[in-house]
Amino acid sequence: MTRYEEIAQRIQKDFQSQLKSNQIVIQIGSATCEKAAGSDLVREEFEKLVKATGRQDIRLKQTGCTGRCSREPIVGVFFPGQFPFKYEKVTVAKVQQIFEQHILGGKPVLNLILDKKTTKYYSHIVTLYPSNAPGFAEDKKWEDILVERLKAKHVDPETTRVFVGGNVNISNKVQGKQGVGMMIFPEKTLYHFASEAELDQIIQAHFVENKTCPELFAQIDSMTERFFSVYGDVAFFNKQTRLTLRNSGIIDPENMDEYIFNHGYEGLAKALAKNEPNFVIEEVLKSGLRGRGGAGYPTGRKWKDATTSPDPIKYTVCNADEGDPGAFMDRSALEGDPFSVIEGMTIAAFAVGAHQGYMYIRAEYPLAIERCEKAIAKARAAGFLGKNILGSGFDYDIEIRLGAGAFVCGEETALMRSIEGRRGQPRIRPPYPTQGGLWGHPTVINNVETLANVPVIMVYGADFFARIGTEKSKGTKVFALAGKINNTGLVEVPMGTTLREIIFDIGGGIPGGRSLKGIQTGGPSGGTIPASAVDTPVDYDSLTQAGSIMGSGGMIILDDSDCMVATAKFFLEFTQDESCGKCVPCREGTLRMLEILTRITDGHGSLEDITKLERLGKLIQKTSLCGLGQTAPNPVLSVLKNFRAEFLEHITEKHCPTQRCPKLVRYEIDEEKCTGCTLCARRCPVPCISGTARKPHVIDQERCIKCGECFTVCKFDAVKKL
Amino acid sequence: MITETKNTLPKEICDFIDVCLTREHPESYLIAVLHKLQQQFGYLTREHMDEVAQRLHVPASFVSGVATFYHFFRLQPRGKFSISVCLGTACFVKGADKILDAFRAELGVDLAETTKDGLFSLDCTRCLGVCGLAPVVTINDKVYSQVTPQQVPDLINRAKADLETTETKV
Amino acid sequence: MKTIHLTIDDMQVSVPEGTTLMQAAETIGVHIPRLCYLPNLSLEGACRICIVEVAGARTYQASCATKVAEGMIVKTNSPEIRQARRDLVELILDNHPMECQTCDRDGQCELQTLAYSMGVRERLFEGKRKRYEVEDSSFSVIRNSEKCILCRRCVRVCSEVQGVHNLSQLYRGFNTLVAPAHVSPMLESVCINCGQCINVCPTAAFLEKDSTDDVWAALSDPNKHVVVHIAPSIRAAIGEGFGLPAGTPETNRTVTALRRLGFDVVFDTNFGADLTIMEEAHELATRLKSGENLPLITSCSPGWIKFLEHFYPEFIPNTSTCKSPMTMLSVLLKTYYAEKHKLDPKNIYVVSVMPCTAKKFESRRPEHFAPAGYPYTDAVLTTRELVWMIKAYGIDFKHLTPGAFDNPLGFSSGAADIFGTTGGVMEAALRTAAEALTGKPLTELNFTEVRATTGLKEASIKIGDATINVAVANGLNNAKTILEKVKRGEKQFHLIEIMACPGGCIGGGGQPYPSEGRYVLDEEILKLRAGALYNIDEAKNVRKSHENPFVQDLYREYFQHPGSEKAHKLLHTHYTPRSPRGIK
Repeated sequence: MTRYEEIAQRIQKDFQSQLKSNQIVIQIGSATCEKAAGSDLVREEFEKLVKATGRQDIRLKQTGCTGRCSREPIVGVFFPGQFPFKYEKVTVAKVQQIFEQHILGGKPVLNLILDKKTTKYYSHIVTLYPSNAPGFAEDKKWEDILVERLKAKHVDPETTRVFVGGNVNISNKVQGKQGVGMMIFPEKTLYHFASEAELDQIIQAHFVENKTCPELFAQIDSMTERFFSVYGDVAFFNKQTRLTLRNSGIIDPENMDEYIFNHGYEGLAKALAKNEPNFVIEEVLKSGLRGRGGAGYPTGRKWKDATTSPDPIKYTVCNADEGDPGAFMDRSALEGDPFSVIEGMTIAAFAVGAHQGYMYIRAEYPLAIERCEKAIAKARAAGFLGKNILGSGFDYDIEIRLGAGAFVCGEETALMRSIEGRRGQPRIRPPYPTQGGLWGHPTVINNVETLANVPVIMVYGADFFARIGTEKSKGTKVFALAGKINNTGLVEVPMGTTLREIIFDIGGGIPGGRSLKGIQTGGPSGGTIPASAVDTPVDYDSLTQAGSIMGSGGMIILDDSDCMVATAKFFLEFTQDESCGKCVPCREGTLRMLEILTRITDGHGSLEDITKLERLGKLIQKTSLCGLGQTAPNPVLSVLKNFRAEFLEHITEKHCPTQRCPKLVRYEIDEEKCTGCTLCARRCPVPCISGTARKPHVIDQERCIKCGECFTVCKFDAVKKL
Repeated sequence: MITETKNTLPKEICDFIDVCLTREHPESYLIAVLHKLQQQFGYLTREHMDEVAQRLHVPASFVSGVATFYHFFRLQPRGKFSISVCLGTACFVKGADKILDAFRAELGVDLAETTKDGLFSLDCTRCLGVCGLAPVVTINDKVYSQVTPQQVPDLINRAKADLETTETKV
Repeated sequence: MKTIHLTIDDMQVSVPEGTTLMQAAETIGVHIPRLCYLPNLSLEGACRICIVEVAGARTYQASCATKVAEGMIVKTNSPEIRQARRDLVELILDNHPMECQTCDRDGQCELQTLAYSMGVRERLFEGKRKRYEVEDSSFSVIRNSEKCILCRRCVRVCSEVQGVHNLSQLYRGFNTLVAPAHVSPMLESVCINCGQCINVCPTAAFLEKDSTDDVWAALSDPNKHVVVHIAPSIRAAIGEGFGLPAGTPETNRTVTALRRLGFDVVFDTNFGADLTIMEEAHELATRLKSGENLPLITSCSPGWIKFLEHFYPEFIPNTSTCKSPMTMLSVLLKTYYAEKHKLDPKNIYVVSVMPCTAKKFESRRPEHFAPAGYPYTDAVLTTRELVWMIKAYGIDFKHLTPGAFDNPLGFSSGAADIFGTTGGVMEAALRTAAEALTGKPLTELNFTEVRATTGLKEASIKIGDATINVAVANGLNNAKTILEKVKRGEKQFHLIEIMACPGGCIGGGGQPYPSEGRYVLDEEILKLRAGALYNIDEAKNVRKSHENPFVQDLYREYFQHPGSEKAHKLLHTHYTPRSPRGIK
């Protein structure tokens, strides 16, 4: 038995006995976002209540963030053998209710349940997974058919609930057989049917006769099974495919045993047992995994590049300098499942022959840093890092290096300078990092999300991974969904999922009855895709074609109240502020572009300015030293392309249709509504409002400074903002 | 003209530097040392930076170059309460600029400034990664989510009240 | 080595593997415009002016860094490239003061030349411009960050060549500023005043502290007896300031020009050099005898001396206590010469012309002030300042009649001339020391083994029965190398010559800016300048310092013998460790 098998077996035993102990587990989200929403207070309250009962069979457990940000803090209640209940937006007051009614009383608090408001306690959930094979699932409304059949067999639809899940890899005994996967919780039984007759067979056996129907059994990977056994009933999750975030919200991120229990370090053990670095590289190449940091360079090829150098000293680096404002996938991954990233780094190191690695984490993520520090220490103590890992003779260790607030450090050469303790300014290439990186030695730099996928490929195989996604973009991508969307949060979807599915099916659409205007992806390096292109699938190439980029995964939804010129200006302000100052086009050019944009939003723009913006934009793209500069004009150029009319309106009409640009807003007093109370005239700082008491007032447009004070103070809604 | 390097660095930082000096590429720990200094003192003084230069054998101009390059490092003392308004994209589209304006108006200071009473410093940050709860404001270590401009005076008053309670306790 | 075939501007080019596109273009006579690139410094790739179009590449490539590849198709002058370069230069200009007419470098500015040649004829993007005060605390180097274009040449030369690391980029983005730590005044920094930052600066962001006004004033003051003396390396470089080819020796026309400018007497710093050798050879002999404080390290270079005080105070006991040739001569002028001519030293105004900005600082050291409180050297002009004065006066340098120095302090041996190049002080000292130690005249005067073509040279010289180990270093990073070797005890050296600037004084921070087609620190220029000095030496009858008859007179009349008490009082000095301490 190998060292890893010994460890895994011990942990297996521990967990089995824990399961047998019939504990009630209260799972509390513990990530930066959860804490911001008040999860620490929730935890304290639970602790207090549990202590007061003196009961030993109630255990509190922390997990990372599931990605359901807008409903945090989230609390899960696990009774042995039952489907878990998840509560949303838990407050201290709600803790008491949940504790008394559910934990002690055994009755779930139905009105607090995450996402799906339900009126009855449900005992079963059934999730349907459409087949991977195209052209089958769409044929029929399997959900409706199932509900109808269950009804016919007198199965109460309120207690046995049906959901439609996402595109997951279900393998039936007959490979590639078309059909629908059907998972029944809490039994965790998975069937696969290809016809209504087969469906009937399952219902009869499973629901009526309380037996199983082994001839229609199917298999699913353990990641998916585990995740959906907890979150399968939540609409937000059941269209997702969780590879990167397979453990987030499932395991205690600080518990290495739990990580191992869930196939953690199995990938590394496999690689080490094979003792063939080339095998690892080939697997990763075959999987089609591409860099998730934004550029999409094939990960296996990057590793291979590094192995061509004869230099015996090599380094691996995890790029966790998630600087794109509006992106938080890496934070969540590091807080929720640090071991998977560390394992990914270790596998990468084994593949390229590195013995030292660095995790470069931005200083703004204290919790992620803390979790990674703990994880590294635990991995080292257990022999997963350090000398002679798992008895294989392979040595590798990881050090954490902190960023200090510089977006440009996400750029590989700048990041390396920063690790070296210098000003994080990019340098000219060649040499490429894989040839001459840290201190001149070959260095492989991978993003957090990329690395988190590596153990998946090692455990489940390259073919498994390559089946997910599109032809050129394999696997899943995590997006940080934010902005004008109902369900803000993290979503992990197979490559090729359309923007529409993400925004409307998972994200729940646009709040406040407004309509979708644009989708900003790729942050300051990306662009804004117009609502008309909402059916674009998300993969590297399609997003580029749509005028944006995949980027690191920030996805900001803009609605019809968002001004595109102001948004473009926001991003340019960002890059201009973050320009390192090294090369001329980025240092000087971004400021000039910003000056022009400011001119336009201040109402002093001219048509020539558009030509200038385009000329400067192209110059900066073509001549900047690094990726930050080369992509800095993208947000502006994409808006110029996709929302040109809005730009022109700002210039020629001196008007901002969304009223987002304060200087382009006009205030007028509605004669009908104005009571002549004189309040606005008295508050006007100019003053430019005139009129006699009890008579309608008038604003002198020439002198108005657009401060908006009159609009704010008017009690009669008489001041109009135009 | 000769002034020997003063010994103003706390012992734990000197010890940390000594450990760094035993490792490969000691100069690469400069940013880590500066983080530790700022954590302890709230900002970086010139004397401290010069001493770090001497002890870590990094030219003083490089230390200065690094300290001024990264936005995280501060060269001026801060107020008791460091207010940071997140200006990440998600916060921006949810109106973070208006929250910043509210703080400006309420405190009478602009970005990177500290109130005269030394209580509040106003800053902005580029995304804390809590986008799902935008707009976000941090006051010292506390994170406030989904903040509205109307809540701003209350946030300031709460901080002041916290201070009073701790002071009366003392 | 493999040969790579590529196409540049529709021409087939074959160059060795590893060649950059910039170098490859030179082979077909295309000089790609550039700004931050300097061959002797590391690659920066920041200005982007040298971009070219490479078929298949998404962006334009910096030709300074991009290596040739088989089958590459390169365009150096497509309309797009031309517009991009023009726009880049305009972006630099938009953040640059528009005051060319009143700028010190008007007509000699690389940015100005570039703007003209790129055809920037209109300004499209003007807006905010950076504003900084001129920082002129230093006696040698003034910093005007408003004119800085952030090419980082100065930062690189300060670190990579000089190892001083005084300059760094501070802040970031549009606010990036090149300055010493904490934006300290240069006077309070570890700046060694070498002026290499001035040499490499493409604009006027670094300049020497101007002394021409003071000199003009002294020249027109009827109560002042204005004496000038010129350093050895001036004659080898001044011609370049008037468009003459590098390496043209211009001793005599310089003398005439100085007389035309109105100097009362024109002496030669060389005399001070001969005197230095007398004292230093004596010092060496004494130390060799006692075995103490070896190796002896030379002290002529004021940049090196300040470096010693900041970075290597532990070598102060090793360093020769001899004042530099400049200060020795200036001291003589206000003592020996004043007494002889019955002049009140207060009315003597001593101007020295130096290749060096650090000499300005040296002249202001309190150690080099007379007890009565006046400086021995009143004003130091760099070669560049003298060139400007001659031009400002309207003197047609190229057509001047050659003149001769005044005596006695204008006469020198050939050994003094070679002080201006690296290894020269060593060679001069060896000529005198060898004869003193063996008591026999030398048969071969040329110690070619110490004539350095690189920044660092070691040699073992047989003198009679003894072997003395010597080292010659120019550029302070090389000095560091040799000093660390000494510290580690790897080799026992007896005499080390250290010059702060690459190539010695001929590469000093006050020498003329390179002429068109040349670049700063160009080894070709340094070789030509050194050649001029060696030729002057070869052509002289007196080639050993101790054979300078006027030096012999001086000892007879005034100092008695080298190392005498009087010599010690007037010709020797001391050094003090300095703060801030430099990081080696």
